[in-house]
Amino acid sequence: MTTAGLPRWVLVPALAGVLLIGVPVAGTLLRVPWAELPALLTSAASLDALWLSLRTSAAATLLVVVLGVPLALLLAWTDLPGARVVRTVVLLPLVLPPVVSGLALLTTFGRRGLLGRQLEVLGIDIAFTTTAVVLAQAFVALPFLVLSVEGAARTAGRRHEVVAATLGAGPTTVLRRVTLPLLAPALASGTALAFARCLGEFGATLTFAGSLQGVTRTLPLEIYLQRETDPDAAIALSLLLIVLAAALVIATQGRGRRRAGAR
Amino acid sequence: MSRRRALAALAVLTLGACGTGGGAAPAPTDELTVLAAASLREVFEDLGEQFTAQHPGTEVTFSFAGSADLVAQLDAGAPADVLATADETTMARAVADGTVTGEPQVFAENALTLVVPAGNPAGVTGLDDAGLAGADLVVCAPQVPCGAAAQTLAGNLGLALTPVSEENSVTDVLGKVTSGQAEAGLVYSTDAVVAGDAVEVVPVAGTEEVVNRYPVAVTSDADDETLAQAWLDLVLGPEGRDALTAAGFGTP
Amino acid sequence: MSAAALSLDAAVPERGVHVELDVPAGRVVALVGANGAGKSTALALASGTLRPAQGDVWVAGRQVAGPGAWVPPHRRQISLCAQEPLLLPHLDAAGNVAFGPRALGTGRAQARQVALARLEEVGAAHLAGRRPRELSGGQQQRVAIARALAPEPRLVLLDEPLAALDVDAAAELRQVLRRALRQAGRTAVVVTHSLLDVLALADAVVVMEDGHVVEHGATAQVLTRPRSGFAARLAGVNLLLGEHAGHGAVRVGGDVVHGPGDDGPTGGAAAAAFSPRAVAVHREAPGGSPRNVLAVRVTGLEQQGALVRVRGESASGNRLAADVTPASLASLGLTVGEEVLFVVKAAEVEVYPA
Repeated sequence: MTTAGLPRWVLVPALAGVLLIGVPVAGTLLRVPWAELPALLTSAASLDALWLSLRTSAAATLLVVVLGVPLALLLAWTDLPGARVVRTVVLLPLVLPPVVSGLALLTTFGRRGLLGRQLEVLGIDIAFTTTAVVLAQAFVALPFLVLSVEGAARTAGRRHEVVAATLGAGPTTVLRRVTLPLLAPALASGTALAFARCLGEFGATLTFAGSLQGVTRTLPLEIYLQRETDPDAAIALSLLLIVLAAALVIATQGRGRRRAGAR
Repeated sequence: MSRRRALAALAVLTLGACGTGGGAAPAPTDELTVLAAASLREVFEDLGEQFTAQHPGTEVTFSFAGSADLVAQLDAGAPADVLATADETTMARAVADGTVTGEPQVFAENALTLVVPAGNPAGVTGLDDAGLAGADLVVCAPQVPCGAAAQTLAGNLGLALTPVSEENSVTDVLGKVTSGQAEAGLVYSTDAVVAGDAVEVVPVAGTEEVVNRYPVAVTSDADDETLAQAWLDLVLGPEGRDALTAAGFGTP
Repeated sequence: MSAAALSLDAAVPERGVHVELDVPAGRVVALVGANGAGKSTALALASGTLRPAQGDVWVAGRQVAGPGAWVPPHRRQISLCAQEPLLLPHLDAAGNVAFGPRALGTGRAQARQVALARLEEVGAAHLAGRRPRELSGGQQQRVAIARALAPEPRLVLLDEPLAALDVDAAAELRQVLRRALRQAGRTAVVVTHSLLDVLALADAVVVMEDGHVVEHGATAQVLTRPRSGFAARLAGVNLLLGEHAGHGAVRVGGDVVHGPGDDGPTGGAAAAAFSPRAVAVHREAPGGSPRNVLAVRVTGLEQQGALVRVRGESASGNRLAADVTPASLASLGLTVGEEVLFVVKAAEVEVYPA
């Protein structure tokens, strides 16, 4: 095995890095109660949690894409005033502890929140609903998509778009037939990352949306609850999340490598 | 020469500072580590000060968490001398794990209470459908002690509760009530005392029947069994009962 | 005005560019100049990528830029073909070429017909179903040219279209462009550094220097009688710009150059041009007929085909070149920095108004 000119000793810290992640994951896999797995995974609570997680993550990811792509393109290609401030704010959820994100959502959409009061007058109550779960997930996942798409758009530049305009394509046509297809790889990986983040979202959901089977108790919340009395069930559901996460990562990685190879 | 001595002194001081955190250093104080349910925070901290006064040179450190978490930590080998849980079922698990010695003794009881945010914005008058009148009710999940108690209460009263959220800990339930997010919540009477003016209590007949009994026990791994037992004595004795009653606990 | 496909008189002060450009319909104009002369700015003003701070732009009789007027690029009917093909990787060649017509509203089937016709015109019909990544640089550029022609623009702008190609591919594509632009009667502006491009493609040449147009005219005229340094370099002649000194001579700073004629005006801008091959290099003033003896300091020697080009600079700063055989150079024993004499027969000098 060649280390490509790197000093041999870099293998040591690199290996430590792999073990840091690998051993706990392996440890979890070893504790899985394989015999009881089917029963644990198909209980009503588990299925409710899984279905809720999948549909809220899908809805939140869709929301993130619809809002995030225009934002990313504007940030990448225009010189709007305050762009820096906007970018900083949009990337905040990356760094904030999810609980803080949940609190922020509460102060806005909670019953006594900034917008919550107005919404209550209109008869709209967001807290404790599935909508709240979608909001919480979208809040924490948006920066992933914006980062991915903005970076790619910035690198790609607008040369194709300029040529397309001279060929007679109006701005919307250019966006639809040139920009989005060219950004498809970055969009795909950004969407996958966002979806993964939605699936794994916990702190903001718990703080803002609450926890009720079938309504707001997503897979991570279900695991958190099962820990109290049934560690086996918690491990079984953890396995489910690990498998979903791995599948998403593999899907994203495969795309990345193919693109690099095509060059 | 004097520089070397100064450096040596600095090294000793640094090592000494590192040492007091671990509990295994040759510190002049005795240490007692108590794992206790979250609802015992205020009353145990008070009793802790009394304990130190009674046993000079002793330092009591607490770790407050959900009862199930504490039992799991003990099982995983966390160093502790005393365990106090919020219900007997959880303590039974510790007994089965073999992480506590002797017979656990019940030292307190906690009853459920229905609380609403100050000002009772939803006009809640009871736990039944009429009394709640569609208000958003938050309770603990059945998997945790306060949630199990809520289930029992509902069963006793012949009610089918439809909460909007089932939290993992009673602290979260209380938090949602005090913030006004929940219009009603089932918490312990001790939590109502702690929350003070932030909440109002809505009396519900039958709550006094459903109590969680709090057991305390010495852990099998205790450094100093005598000291640990002294804590139990304090908690079970007159000072303990006074403190517990003041905090809203019932005493057996 | 109505005969002009493009009429540009606009300025972009922050780039130091003020350009006037008229392109009659059906003509191909070569836009030449050193890097940074403002050629890309001129193209950007025409295509609509850049908005002029002053002045206006007219395309086929319609004002597209100017005070109170603005037509965005996608409505100007001007196609742009850059140095890089910039084909859309997710469409095949025919799809790329059909992009323009489809964007303008043509149906899918008809647009494909148009695309195949244009690909046929540039000799790339057999590439119709291939993806850009399966094509060579030259093939991609062919498709890009077809793509620029497909929406039937009023004007085609080409920014150094052959610069990224190797000599053979460039030669092939030059012929393609010649057929597609000049012979087909399309209107185009071609930015280029290559004399071959100018000769093959252009009806007229516009020379830019430091953000301004310094010379323009029919190709033959600009190349035989250049009036700007860049045009002279492009044409490969020595050019001295000064004023008429009477008796068919031109004064350029401290030098006087005599042309073949005996009479001529006095005063007024004048140019004297002669080929480097007409220059002989001497160490001492020769006797005999040559009337033009210019003292220069040798500033460089370089290979020029089978000859050696001796570059020199006169005391008044005029830069000249002489092409001599290696044998002559060897017998002279020249080195850089030496003072020598460039001698030119008056008969070889062309004098004309600048």
